[in-house]
Amino acid sequence: MKFGAQPRIAIALMSAAVLAYEVLLMALFSLIQWHHFAYLVVSIALLGFGISGSLLVYLAPRLRHSFRGFATSQACLFALSSLLGFGLAQRLSFNPEELIWDPAHWIRLALVILLLMLPFLFAANLIGMALIEFRERLSRIYAADLLGAGVGALGIIGLLYLMTPTRALLLVATFGLAAAAAVWIECRGRAWPALSALILAGLALQLLPTAWTEPVISPYKELSQILRIPGTRIVEQRSSPLGWLSVVESPNLPLRHAPGLSLNARAEPPPQLALFTDAGGMSAITRYRGERDEIRYLDDMTSALPYHLQQPRHVLLLGSGGGADVLQALYHGVEHIDAVELNPQVIELVRDRFADFSGRIYSPKHANLHIDEARGFLQRGDKTYDLIQIPLLDSFAGAAGGVHGLNENYLYTVEAIQQALRRLETNGFIVLTRWLRLPPRDSLKLFATAIAALERSGMGDAGQHLLLIRGLQTTTLLIKKGTISGTDIERLRTFCRQRAFDLAYYPGMPASEANRHNRLQSAYFYDAAQALLGSGRERYLRQYKFDLTPSTDDRPFHFHFVKWGSLAELLEIRHRGGSALLETSYLTLLVALLLGLILSLALILVPLLFIRSSTTPTPVRFAKTRVFTYFAALGLGFLLIEIAFLQKFILLLHHPLYAAAVVLASFLVAAGFGSAWAQRYAGSLRARRACFYAVLGIVLLGGAGLMLHGPLLQLAGSWSLAARIGLSILLIAPLGFCMGMPFPLGLTSISIGAVSLTPWAWGINGCASVISAVLASLLAIHFGFNLVILVAMACYLLAIISYPVAAGGLEQGLMVKNPTGNR
Amino acid sequence: MSIIRLYRSFIVAVIEASLIAASLCLPLEAADAETYQARRDRMVQLIEGDVRDTSAYLKRSALDERVLAAMASVPRHEFVPAELADQAYRNRPLPIGYGQTISQPYIVAIMTDLMELEPGQKVLEIGTGSGYQAAVLGELDMRVWSIEIIEALGKRAGSLLQRLDYGAIELRIGDGYYGWPEAAPFDAIIVTAAASHIPPPLVRQLAIGGRMIIPVGSRFSTQELILIHRINQDEIVTRQVLPVRFVPLTGDH
Repeated sequence: MKFGAQPRIAIALMSAAVLAYEVLLMALFSLIQWHHFAYLVVSIALLGFGISGSLLVYLAPRLRHSFRGFATSQACLFALSSLLGFGLAQRLSFNPEELIWDPAHWIRLALVILLLMLPFLFAANLIGMALIEFRERLSRIYAADLLGAGVGALGIIGLLYLMTPTRALLLVATFGLAAAAAVWIECRGRAWPALSALILAGLALQLLPTAWTEPVISPYKELSQILRIPGTRIVEQRSSPLGWLSVVESPNLPLRHAPGLSLNARAEPPPQLALFTDAGGMSAITRYRGERDEIRYLDDMTSALPYHLQQPRHVLLLGSGGGADVLQALYHGVEHIDAVELNPQVIELVRDRFADFSGRIYSPKHANLHIDEARGFLQRGDKTYDLIQIPLLDSFAGAAGGVHGLNENYLYTVEAIQQALRRLETNGFIVLTRWLRLPPRDSLKLFATAIAALERSGMGDAGQHLLLIRGLQTTTLLIKKGTISGTDIERLRTFCRQRAFDLAYYPGMPASEANRHNRLQSAYFYDAAQALLGSGRERYLRQYKFDLTPSTDDRPFHFHFVKWGSLAELLEIRHRGGSALLETSYLTLLVALLLGLILSLALILVPLLFIRSSTTPTPVRFAKTRVFTYFAALGLGFLLIEIAFLQKFILLLHHPLYAAAVVLASFLVAAGFGSAWAQRYAGSLRARRACFYAVLGIVLLGGAGLMLHGPLLQLAGSWSLAARIGLSILLIAPLGFCMGMPFPLGLTSISIGAVSLTPWAWGINGCASVISAVLASLLAIHFGFNLVILVAMACYLLAIISYPVAAGGLEQGLMVKNPTGNR
Repeated sequence: MSIIRLYRSFIVAVIEASLIAASLCLPLEAADAETYQARRDRMVQLIEGDVRDTSAYLKRSALDERVLAAMASVPRHEFVPAELADQAYRNRPLPIGYGQTISQPYIVAIMTDLMELEPGQKVLEIGTGSGYQAAVLGELDMRVWSIEIIEALGKRAGSLLQRLDYGAIELRIGDGYYGWPEAAPFDAIIVTAAASHIPPPLVRQLAIGGRMIIPVGSRFSTQELILIHRINQDEIVTRQVLPVRFVPLTGDH
């Protein structure tokens, strides 16, 4: 009877809810803490699944006749814990910055992880138990699980356009309740009490005090800090998957946002409104009444340099945000400004909501506005510019805290600069401004990246095309398409002298001109520029204690500088003034990996002991090492490929969010279909062969992907978004289809022969995924995405070699006709 | 029912874990196991050791004895929230509420020393915070003017400094961008409040020969110290100092 009553809708609902919860946690933690917590969230999720696996080893035999009650309770607990867990976790006053100072924060972190993990645990209990209970139709359950996950991943992105993350959290919890009702009804429970309970509980959720789920933003984030100033208040908020925007007005204390303003500045910024993304990354909307004098301060920043070398007529701003760079161009009398900005809500704020305040700088009279991603814009058009400006958009606090270490950035790569060079007039400039950090990292890596781009573009002597200056807090790098002239150098000198900026590099610069105004311990920047342009480049890069290797599209981690070799030294000096040299984001990643390793090992070893001591006779023996290797390899392989594709496709889809939604959904849905297809082979003699073909498909498609992605992404760059999404699905779906097959095939094989191993396999798979998610980031940072894909292919090969075969041979395993009868 | 038992034991485990965690969060040392003075002395020794390691960068092999003496006498535990008093003499920054921190003692010592002060000189502080830096300056017999933007913090620091008898410290709540023109020029200015740039008006309130120091970084990690030295009416020299001994290149370069 029970095979006719598979709770597939419930599984799909639960799966959608849990995936949505995962994405939501990432969005919420970006807001209340920092973005790199997203990496922790993946591990937390998979940890919950892992723990569930071992719980089920113990629970499954004891719950044989009470699936319906158990499953319903788990779905309800998911709903409850998703709300309460987050509510409590954000009140634990955990502060990641104190991790290096105070061991107590490690315990708080562990508690946060535990609380956030609960919903994943409950959801996995439901899904895992269903896989055991309905093992004869396991592939269908697995398919429902993957389909639901795909819909959840896509759906939550859509939801975040409609409501705030906290509202969405309530909805996700309601989905959990719906799953509870669905499982009750699907498993032949009486419908109407379930439905009325669902409606009542759903209503009760909506009545929950919003204070419970309202985000409690860390007091150390910029938004919290500014709101301490008397009189400041949030005047406008917007929320979308691109982030939570807050506009703050400060009537008593002028904001005076002018990064790296010269000490010789003759003017102050006019009144400004502060614009925050996810409670950090402050930028400003500056009041403009069309008077040039008002915005004179913009001429006293390092980024104003290119306007003093020539009079550009056509300027492109890649990331115009609050509009400071538009104003800077207007101040210098530029006629044609193309401003590219990714976030439509930012534009809406500046152009419409604060139109009068901002002086309508985004109106066609002043600038041509493009809502677009910078790389996509560079790739698509063919208009050329006198000046392409890549402005300073991240805040200093972020740069100083090292919170961007894990963020991929496709604007600061060799390929991006090559593309920008193609869009320049003969004598045009690219200008890049960065925060100055000591010892120098950011600016020097960018310098090295520019050299690589010039060399690859066949521009001859790279040193003839570069200028680098520094102020007290910022550095500005100029890349000229033509060679730097004597006039350029003369004007450069004057510009710097008037503003007390230091020269760091120009072709033919004598050492005596370096390190004059703002003296550093030694002429770091000048020395580095000379070394990077000379024959000793390789040696310099090798010896420098931070990673300055140019970032590329394959390794787009501009903000990652920590070298393994220096890590011990950095940790040692952390209390002696060296705390700022450590990248907190990178440390978080390492912690997540360590945590995953320890917990995963414990979770796999402990249930192993349980199984040994279990008195339940297993009809067929499986080589446990094979089972372990098979499911661990699959867990590693699946996530490695998924994450590598997710990052790589940002370049094609021009948007991290579209990439996340399209790639995740394509993989999950295709794998769901693969799994459903695999059902016809499951438990039969052909299962192993089917699995072999699936792996063959993965290796061939993965290999083809490695070779073809580069040229394809290049080719498709100028296509419409719909076409690019279509291409992505086309590239991912066949691979995902194949990747969906090995897991259910192997699981059916062992669950028919040795049902007690099923949750163990499920747990191993989950734990391997925990490690895999972090491992993917680590491998990508150090070796690039292509290697990640290669490793994943190796994992799948390993899996097929160790396909779980019953110890007495496959046939014997299949002789067991009635597995339930044996227990 | 086994499942209920399991949940019960799970909940017990969670409660136990929280209790263990809570006990670990409590002060590790008993409050009166050691006098505050002894802890202060140990803190100063620690700073001295670290400074020796960092000497090349700070351009000095040891800190001014007077600065160390001041650090050894200001009751730092009074400047942190009561529940953190036991951690007051650790060489670490501590949260003081309002999203603000009291700096790491090591950084306070270095900054005070870099100002190269003589008794009776005039010092302006932007960002009073806990009031600890002002107290250290007061202990050095400086005349201190201090501005804080967060009212609650400023009031708390004001009454504390009064109670501890640092009478020569003048406190004001407000915007620090334009300094304190009535009392200018200053022999030293210390700017601990974060800003996207160094306020030019402050530089103009620096006396000839005076020094301004600005720690740059986040609340819990000082990245670098910017030092501005007014040589004469028209000339200033700035220096960026790394508060740590770290050579970006290895030996043979």
